Amino acid sequence: MLGYIQIGPEFVGLENFETLFAADSDLMKYFGNTFILWIMGFIPQIFFSLLFAAWFTDIRLKLKTGAYKVIFYLPNVIMAAAMGMLFFTIFSQSGPVNTIYMDITGAKAPYMFFEHEWSQRGVIALINFLMWYGNTTIMLMAAINGIDTSLYESAQIDGANPSQTFFKITLPLIRPILLYVLITSLIGGLQMYDVPKIITQDGQSVNRTSMTIVMFLQNHLYSKNYGMAGALSVILFVVATVLSILVFAMVKEREPKKKKAKKGGNK
Amino acid sequence: MNKIKRFLAGSLAVMMAASVMTACGKDEKKTTSGVDKDANAEAAKKGPIVLKKADRIKQTAEGSEDSKKTLRIYTWNEEFKDRFRAYYPEYDAANSTVGGDEFLKDGTKIVWVTTPTDDNAYQNKLDEDLKAQAASTEKIDIFLVEADYALKYVNGPYTQPVKELGVTDADLANMYEYTKTVCTDANGDLQGVSWQATPGLFAYRRDIAKKVLGTDDPVEVQKALADWTKFEDTAKKMKDAGYFMLSGYDDAYRTFSNNVKATWVNANYEIVIDDNLMNWVDQTKNFTDKGYNNGTSLWSDQWNADQGSAGKVFGFFYSTWGINFTLLKNAEDNEGAKDGLYGKYAVCEGPQNYYWGGTWICAADGTDNPELVGDIMKKLTCDATIAEKITDDTQDYTNNKTAMDKLAGDFASEFLGGQNHIALFAKSAPNIDISNMGPYDQGLNESFQGAMKDYFLGTVDKDTALENFYKSAIEKYPELKKPGK
Repeated sequence: MLGYIQIGPEFVGLENFETLFAADSDLMKYFGNTFILWIMGFIPQIFFSLLFAAWFTDIRLKLKTGAYKVIFYLPNVIMAAAMGMLFFTIFSQSGPVNTIYMDITGAKAPYMFFEHEWSQRGVIALINFLMWYGNTTIMLMAAINGIDTSLYESAQIDGANPSQTFFKITLPLIRPILLYVLITSLIGGLQMYDVPKIITQDGQSVNRTSMTIVMFLQNHLYSKNYGMAGALSVILFVVATVLSILVFAMVKEREPKKKKAKKGGNK
Repeated sequence: MNKIKRFLAGSLAVMMAASVMTACGKDEKKTTSGVDKDANAEAAKKGPIVLKKADRIKQTAEGSEDSKKTLRIYTWNEEFKDRFRAYYPEYDAANSTVGGDEFLKDGTKIVWVTTPTDDNAYQNKLDEDLKAQAASTEKIDIFLVEADYALKYVNGPYTQPVKELGVTDADLANMYEYTKTVCTDANGDLQGVSWQATPGLFAYRRDIAKKVLGTDDPVEVQKALADWTKFEDTAKKMKDAGYFMLSGYDDAYRTFSNNVKATWVNANYEIVIDDNLMNWVDQTKNFTDKGYNNGTSLWSDQWNADQGSAGKVFGFFYSTWGINFTLLKNAEDNEGAKDGLYGKYAVCEGPQNYYWGGTWICAADGTDNPELVGDIMKKLTCDATIAEKITDDTQDYTNNKTAMDKLAGDFASEFLGGQNHIALFAKSAPNIDISNMGPYDQGLNESFQGAMKDYFLGTVDKDTALENFYKSAIEKYPELKKPGK
């Protein structure tokens, strides 16, 4: 049945895994792409979220934050694919960003954002950052609001400056939430699909440097190569498990410390 | 204990990061082989892929009464709908609303199932629904296919030969031979018919031609574009005058891919990259480096904009439907207003003969309206009067030799500034050669264009780009192989 050829189902043992881990396989490249895209979005995300969360909860600044919280959260309401298409248009050859760029610099040719490895990754990271920093800000604000204000008051009386209170009081006390944010973002990042899919037009664009692991998996589903896609899912599951175990280990590590602190407090 | 845990966690993290990093590092250093020329040449000699017609599937359920009064048509855009509404005599325009309920004069309801081609969505939808056809009570009656993947369906199990629908050889006599060859299966049965033939031409801007070449006369312009060497000379003149010869990388692709000597896939399921495709790669790289094109991709926003009055592009390779369907819409500043570049384009043959696209009407096997489907085929594709009217109204080039030769005598296209482009089409249509067409064309063409773009941009070298093409192709079609492997 030519043209409808479907691979399998046929028992091939571990052949699919062999293919995926073969020397000429790009599996690691796609894991690398996913990781790079995630970290490029995550670093600014956590930085700005911490900054805004610290400002919005500062008892001395007394900011009215309700409206900002909503505004920061808004990008997250939009569907990721729609965000991808919007930014694809904004950064396209004849899009507004290039019009402004050419007006300011006087350049004759537009800058092709989606034809360079790092600018393309940058746009993807930007979208992910914009979509998720509001969510993280609200999460961290909740964590900071949970801290006993008397700690801040006493620190002020002791003459601590704002950066000292932030690094010595706020940051250590919101660590569990920070870890939670990290792990959810990591697992979410591992499944990154819609934004790069739309930005890179199928992942081919710029030497496959923005092809994420789930896009690779989808390519196998597209060709009805379900065995290979299944093998890839198993690998993805193992990686996610390893990452989760890693975080569990780190969270557990905290517990004895808490006890010690309590003991110290009782003395 | 704590220390051990911390050490474990830390080292795990480092290992994770390191595994990712070393992988990246190794990858960049890895030398890829690209095309193995000998293996490719060897593979080309093995001859084209052998096609076999799949057995038809026995219908296990009959269409419901409701389905018998419904004409279900699968398509991917508005083109066929427009033709059907305007030219099928049984279409009941008075009682139908476009976008709402539509009916035929005998009360049959028309249901359009529209899925865009993007990302293979149309074929996926077709495959799924056609597979369910035999056991379904809601029968699909008609589905449309495009040249690039027609063979997949023609030789698949889901079509009903047109002779079973009452379309006779006499009805088909006036069609261009190639439109029949495309839809003839391995057993020699015709499985689909088309109302159009799609020879390709080069559409150029009259104003730019006058400025740069000193004339906008199609005969004179053709002389400046007669072969690829002259084409390049003209491109240089365009560049010097501040224009682009072509809009993007893929514009000239069809003129090369239609003139290949081997099919994409050989009898051994190996992918063959024809020398002529490499000629396209080399020419496009050359044009890109010299700034002869505007660096767009086919169907991108900028590519569409380049055809409007703000564009600086001299011309576009377009086949019949492209001129009346796409170029016309893009050329007008306000759609339907006949402004902008309306009347400022002209066409000539260009450096090489080619065709592009085309839509075929196939009857879905198991249709519960066979007479109706047969009648639609006969009226829309075999009737000389209707064919003539379609061309007169829409400037589309229809699949009827008698009607077209008649019109070719005197025809003036308002959009093309009064030029008789039908005469040019009529001259080149009989030369269309589809002997190297294959069922994998669409997927492989797309992958090839996509992978080569990196090379044109200078991001990767030719070998890496070709390697990326093989990767993408084999991901799409796991049954295919890289030659020599």
